[in-house]
Amino acid sequence: MIPIAVPAVIALPALAAVVLAIIPSYRLGAWVNLLVSTAVFVISASLFHTPLAVSDYFLLDEFNIYLIVLNTFVGMTTSIFSATYISHELENGKLSFGHLRFYHAMYQILMASMNLALLSNNLGLMWVGIELATLTTVVMVGIYRTPAAIEASWKYFILGSVGISLAFFGIILIYLAAQPIIGEGSASLTFTKLMVSSAKMDPKLLSLAFVFLLVGYGTKVGLAPLHAWLPDAHAEGPTPISAVLSGLLLNVALYALLRFKMLLAGNASVLSPGPILVTMGLVSLVFAGIMLYQRKDIKRLFAYSSIEHMGIITFAFGLGGPLANFAGLLHMTMHSLTKSAIFFAVGHISQAKGTQNLADIRGLGTTHPVLSWGLVLGVAAIAGLPPFGVFTSEFLIITTTFAQHPLLAILLVIGLLIAFCALLMRLQEIVFGPPSETSRPVHASLAPLFIHLMLVLLAGIHLPGELAQWFTRVAEMLG
Amino acid sequence: MAYGYDISHLLSASVLVFSFLLLFQGRMFGLLNMFVMQAVCLSLTVASQAHFQNAPHLYVTAAIALFFKAGIIPYSLRRIIIRLGIYRDIETIFGVGLTLVVGVALTCLAIMTVMPLAHAQELSAREDLAFALSVILMGMLMMITRKNAISQIVGFMSLENGLVLAATGVRGMPLVVEFSVAFSILIAFFVFGLFVFRIRESFDSVEIHVMEQYRGEKQ
Repeated sequence: MIPIAVPAVIALPALAAVVLAIIPSYRLGAWVNLLVSTAVFVISASLFHTPLAVSDYFLLDEFNIYLIVLNTFVGMTTSIFSATYISHELENGKLSFGHLRFYHAMYQILMASMNLALLSNNLGLMWVGIELATLTTVVMVGIYRTPAAIEASWKYFILGSVGISLAFFGIILIYLAAQPIIGEGSASLTFTKLMVSSAKMDPKLLSLAFVFLLVGYGTKVGLAPLHAWLPDAHAEGPTPISAVLSGLLLNVALYALLRFKMLLAGNASVLSPGPILVTMGLVSLVFAGIMLYQRKDIKRLFAYSSIEHMGIITFAFGLGGPLANFAGLLHMTMHSLTKSAIFFAVGHISQAKGTQNLADIRGLGTTHPVLSWGLVLGVAAIAGLPPFGVFTSEFLIITTTFAQHPLLAILLVIGLLIAFCALLMRLQEIVFGPPSETSRPVHASLAPLFIHLMLVLLAGIHLPGELAQWFTRVAEMLG
Repeated sequence: MAYGYDISHLLSASVLVFSFLLLFQGRMFGLLNMFVMQAVCLSLTVASQAHFQNAPHLYVTAAIALFFKAGIIPYSLRRIIIRLGIYRDIETIFGVGLTLVVGVALTCLAIMTVMPLAHAQELSAREDLAFALSVILMGMLMMITRKNAISQIVGFMSLENGLVLAATGVRGMPLVVEFSVAFSILIAFFVFGLFVFRIRESFDSVEIHVMEQYRGEKQ
């Protein structure tokens, strides 16, 4: 029996989207957005204490409970950040009231569709969730209507749609493989049923299906060389959307990919997804690390950092085994929290300086000390400095790799160092030095930023035993 | 049954033929007409599958394909073309000859990938899948070689035709999937429509290379 909380975390945001599309006042809209996001987070947190459940269309296991709580938590904090961010954009005249109604409605549809993708037990339904999330973010990226924003969202749309179509073809192939064993109808698309009989499925079909799914969902994860849409989409859209894209949507796509990896693990004669994921992860890490040096735009800089970290996470899951999976899960969480915190800081910083251009953001330490501390801590965390949680997970990934494949570990460390130096170099330019000319005070909501950083710090100092056990169980599931 | 097999086979192959015809259309209206023909063929294929597989719900899919892809979408695109005044020849990146050669190569690739697979499946299902994959790859090829936003839309829609072909060629693919495809096409189309106007508004053109000059970090 599926607990009522499962349909609730999908239906509540969907209903809220309808209400938000009608509410004329943007202040009220922002409040409703925040309240609904908080309510959804509270409901999803209750899933920690409900028994695991499976139905034809929904699935509740330890893997997706953890992700749904993370998803709704970041959704909630981003809605706080978003409220102050958009009121500033309104003053600037970059957005109008009409845009904001649309924006809030789309925000909730995005949350609903991501929750749908995470909780569905049917491959078709999961695909619909990811497709819908893609389309909502496409229109949100283009909301400023500047030429660069439209170019970015067109590119995102084309690449995202083609990716998602290829994933759909992969799903048809999975159905084709399952149908002789499970039978016709939606049972052959039900994840839990597929897991049971994957050993008997045609390995060639499964392998081909995985290739399509990897290219399809891999595009959404932003793995190199399928990442072309990601930096543009992050840079040109509103910053709350960059935070949700990096912190959540990339995770959801990776979640989908990992589900299929679990499916393939059940069949001995199928191609092994591990080495492919390891390679793509390493390529993304090294490539993004090098690209960090040439960035001129602050949001683009952190978008490339997201590619880098998705690479690290994919690498860890590709490596497999309880330890690497544990590290991957931890890194997924830490990256979500840290990267969204960084985007919260970056959003306010670019508002304060009136630009996203790195060359024009200088001397933040003297003009906006609190924001600059937020950014310094965030970048220190994402670069992997102790005592933050990202350090813990990266350290775990490195040590596990050294134990299993020392050669790969060297490549991994080189990639991490490249990215580390790039980020610190940029940070130094932003924070220190003479302040740039244009600079104005900005009303920033600092709570979400520092709550996220605090959590990352706490996780780095002491990971609660219960959480560690939870991750251990999920890591075993992932195989 | 052999008779039914021939009919659906013929129809799904004709969807592929129209994919080839789409590749070298020089004029916008020609492109749209070919797309309508492809959608009609698709709808007939799905209807024949509904008949021969004894799966009445596929008639719904056929009707959706006919209504949206052969009706509303081309009609709206035609109006967009007229309003924006872009009847002229479409620039392609490669020449016609090279594009067609690549198209043939992609079809061979699709057949060689799919046919050896799935021995448990009937021959017709495998052949349909090979056709479908060719149509998908051809749609991608079209999106790559065309430089105009509207012809990219047509490319994407023909790619989706390939998906519908694949989904309906397989026995008993659940209704959920068909609806999701229909739904996604609908939304995608709205987004596309919205965009074309915004693109035109901002760039004074729907040519992709004009847009690319505005890529962030390039200025």
